[in-house]
Amino acid sequence: MARTEQVLKKMTVSEMSLSAIFIALAFATTFIAIKAYTPVFAFHAALFSLGSLTAVFAIVTHYRSRSSEPTPQMINGRPNYNYGPIKFTAIAALFWGIAGFLVGLYLALELAYPQFNLDLPWINFGRLRPLHTSAVIFAFGGNVLLACSFYIMQRTSRARMAGVIAPWFVVLGYNFFILIAGTGYLLGVTRGHEYAEPEWYAILWLVIVWVTYLLVYLFTLAKRAEPHIYVANWFFLAFIVTVAVLVLGNNTEIPISVFSSQSVIVWAGVQDAMIQWWYAHNAVGFFLTAGFLGIMYYFIPKRTGRPIYSYRLSIVHFWSLIFLYIWAGPHHLHYTALPDWAQTLGMIFSVVLWMPSWGGMINGVMTLSGAWDKLRTDPVLRMLVVSVAFYGMSTFEGPLMSVKAVNSLSHYTDWGIGHVHSGSLGWVGFVSFGALYCLIPWVWRRQLYSLKLVNWHFWISTIGIVFYISAMWVAGIMQGLMWRAYTPQGFLEYSFVETTEALHPEYIIRAAGGGLFLIGALIMAYNIYRTIASPMIDLADDVALSASPAE
Amino acid sequence: MSQNVNHSPTGGLQKLMETNSILLVVAILILVSIGGVVEIVPLFYLKNTIEKVEGVRPYSPLELAGYNIYVREGCYTCHSQMIRPLRDEVERYGHYSLAAESMYDHPHQWGSKRNGPDLARVGGKYSNDWQRDHLRNPRAMVPTSIMPGYPFLTKTPLNAEHITEQMRTLRIVGVPYTDTQIENALIDIQAQGKLDHPGAPALSQRYPNAMINDVSGENGITEEDALIAYLQHLGVSVDFKLYDDKANIR
Repeated sequence: MARTEQVLKKMTVSEMSLSAIFIALAFATTFIAIKAYTPVFAFHAALFSLGSLTAVFAIVTHYRSRSSEPTPQMINGRPNYNYGPIKFTAIAALFWGIAGFLVGLYLALELAYPQFNLDLPWINFGRLRPLHTSAVIFAFGGNVLLACSFYIMQRTSRARMAGVIAPWFVVLGYNFFILIAGTGYLLGVTRGHEYAEPEWYAILWLVIVWVTYLLVYLFTLAKRAEPHIYVANWFFLAFIVTVAVLVLGNNTEIPISVFSSQSVIVWAGVQDAMIQWWYAHNAVGFFLTAGFLGIMYYFIPKRTGRPIYSYRLSIVHFWSLIFLYIWAGPHHLHYTALPDWAQTLGMIFSVVLWMPSWGGMINGVMTLSGAWDKLRTDPVLRMLVVSVAFYGMSTFEGPLMSVKAVNSLSHYTDWGIGHVHSGSLGWVGFVSFGALYCLIPWVWRRQLYSLKLVNWHFWISTIGIVFYISAMWVAGIMQGLMWRAYTPQGFLEYSFVETTEALHPEYIIRAAGGGLFLIGALIMAYNIYRTIASPMIDLADDVALSASPAE
Repeated sequence: MSQNVNHSPTGGLQKLMETNSILLVVAILILVSIGGVVEIVPLFYLKNTIEKVEGVRPYSPLELAGYNIYVREGCYTCHSQMIRPLRDEVERYGHYSLAAESMYDHPHQWGSKRNGPDLARVGGKYSNDWQRDHLRNPRAMVPTSIMPGYPFLTKTPLNAEHITEQMRTLRIVGVPYTDTQIENALIDIQAQGKLDHPGAPALSQRYPNAMINDVSGENGITEEDALIAYLQHLGVSVDFKLYDDKANIR
């Protein structure tokens, strides 16, 4: 055997201790699976056990195949970047994105035609809706953020990512969390908090993954060859740190037993509502905004080959954005039993938040100064820039809707759904697609298969978004007005179900819009598949793929 | 990007944070903590946050089991339980919701979207039979309803084996369940599910206002029964003939 050659090779401390931890975890979760109160929890505990054993197997296989020397940090005087975890998350993002859009389309059809619920537990609207929101926000968005942040943090630091096992633990562990959360929703495991449905054990796992993510980030920054931390990394750090605070704050729960998937949330009623929307609004603010602004601050300058429009503006809008966002949560609770002083604070800060949001938009769009012609020739750049335009639009709409008088009409209606989707499809979706169209050819060292298909993706999806958000504006404002309509005699004019009937045409248009967006994503998947399947381009310096080096 | 004259840091605090990742993280942590602390912490000590009212009690075990099903099926994704103090809402649904009415909801079920009507005061609005028929096939009762049907709840016997553990955990976080209430939980479930159960008087004493549900099916007490018991309790705790709106202005 090859034993004799490996005499000098030793298992590292982390390889040994992690194997031991995973073996212990496998035993513990097997025990829990046997004693579990419900079949679903037994299934999840068994998945944990299986996952732990796979991790041990992977660590040992990696140990046997690796050389005894540590991976070089530099090759030929250039940093030896670690692209493996980036490639994994880029593909995972595409997969989860398409899955999430598909579930969204199905939900749209359920609202238009309730027969689609099929009277079954697993796919009824109430269980599928968390699957959709989690799949697009945390699975699609989360993997895009992992891929882009790992890429940007290495390139802007001119250093190889810290850790050998840790980066893989982050990306695989995060996707394992998604698997547990998603299957849980379908099988009826939920905390019943919007956008925070995963139960205590999934969150416990997520916290470990997330802390590792932060550590990988900080240790990589510590290795940086650049004295200054580039602006994109400020946003990623704000995203990682604040999401940790939010998850810890909102997931204060006590499991009813270690053998049960069920837990009891410590807060109740009004305090619970406030904490929940503090969490949920800032999941928008820090997961879907700060993180993706980090992506914008790298890929728009790289793609245009122009520097960021204003360094000063980026400082001002970064600090004010993160300070102000946190206050805006109560605008989700206008006119509820939340005390008025909190509602007023939420409204004021939401309106003020308009300014730093537009600071980011201006900085992104104006970076094109002197390169506007590229919008005509480069559909990837067009996608990135239009995403920023959508960002500007929905961060104007948001403050508007947080004004109490407007909110009294818009709240509880589809206007909210439209607002969320102009942000998520237009801003988060497009900036993600644009970034992946840049990132995937760069890390695989391929030429993007077809710019023409990107153009098709762009236009089909844009038309889809326009269908979606205009249908929801009409539906939301119409239903809001119908709810408060009175007859001349002073009676309510419409019963509730009459206001639902009126939405039927809009719900069909919305489903069509969502369908177009999904078709766009499928075109992208094909384009990316052909890109990766094409032969590698041999470039001595991969910087030639883009116009200029990172900061 | 060498042509960018505007790039070098201004110096001072910003330069310090841009060159030291730990300082940057600490600064971020401080800035993002302020808003949350100011808005959340006072809710726990300002006495007028939750109104003083008579009649709000913890859920009976059967209602609690129903609440679990309400959460499990994601009813909150389409139904709010929060009536706003607006003329049309008060006329459509009843008195605006008080914070006190959800003080034992871990988690709250206020909701954010009304694909269906608000349910904060649905208790007692329809008969048990109507609720049953409606859950099994919503379009049998409301022809143009877009609600999913839940016929499977009828066929699923209620598994309340671990309800006492949930009640104990709820007690830890402040729901005032007594020892007797926890000890008798399984009996109370039976008592609330049958019309002439001998435990009914004790149940009514422990949980005033609990609506006794007539279970006629061969499956014993089902998930549907629990859900209906929960729905019938929504919004009926406070007697608004006696409630003084002016006393609790915040």
